[in-house]
Amino acid sequence: MVKINGEEYQYENKQLTAVLEELNYDKTRIAVEINEEIVPKVCYDATILKDGDTVEVVSFVGGG
Amino acid sequence: MTPTREEFYNALIERHGADNQKKFDSATVAICGLGGLGSNIAICLARAGVGKLILIDFDKVDVSNLHRQQYKADQVGRPKPDALSDNLNEINPYITIETHNTKVTEENVIELTKEADIVCEAFDKAENKAMLVNAILENAPEKYLVSSSGMAGFGSANLIKTKKISKRFFLSGDSVSDVNDGIGLISSRVMVCAAHEAHMALRIIMGEATV
Repeated sequence: MVKINGEEYQYENKQLTAVLEELNYDKTRIAVEINEEIVPKVCYDATILKDGDTVEVVSFVGGG
Repeated sequence: MTPTREEFYNALIERHGADNQKKFDSATVAICGLGGLGSNIAICLARAGVGKLILIDFDKVDVSNLHRQQYKADQVGRPKPDALSDNLNEINPYITIETHNTKVTEENVIELTKEADIVCEAFDKAENKAMLVNAILENAPEKYLVSSSGMAGFGSANLIKTKKISKRFFLSGDSVSDVNDGIGLISSRVMVCAAHEAHMALRIIMGEATV
């Protein structure tokens, strides 16, 4: 089980990029932390989610 | 008549306490983007007596900014860092202000913010917000980062909150109200979000990095 923004998903052993696409995130507007560590954008493809990971996807909208 | 430095700081100490004021006085905060969020954050922090502010924006004051940004009609056309610096000096002549009339990029962000204890992200575009947040978290993990997302429109001000995302990363806003949905930016709601960011910055400086 992997927790993403507080919700549980069966995404263990899945590539981060594939998960972000499945959940319809725009990669140019997000920051991703796994277990409170930032995942550099260049590492999204190489990152495989593990059972027990806590993922926070901060998705930005416009305005300021 | 302008109060002396001593008079000014005694008044701040009376309200904030000597220990907190000492911490505010020795803190440096970088504000990236000087629009509705950044100009209001800067005013809050200048009033609180935060010792040094680094103000960064490439833009000039436009008439369309005046409804929510802390500029004056006769400042239209001036670079925002310079105009805001003048306005902050009128409020608190005893803080140090560093200005950069430049666009923040992945390449220059670390150098521009290197002296800051806290970086406040105050951009308008979602892509720029994401760029800054990723750059700071990846390359300057020792800094505190206060960012924002979702403050457009006339929705309830009570929906704007500050969340602690990780140890040094905080996010203010309602997370969803996108200006690109055609709901506009309203002074009062943007100011609520700016005040959230500024207040979080002050709490971090005090040593209360919790929400």
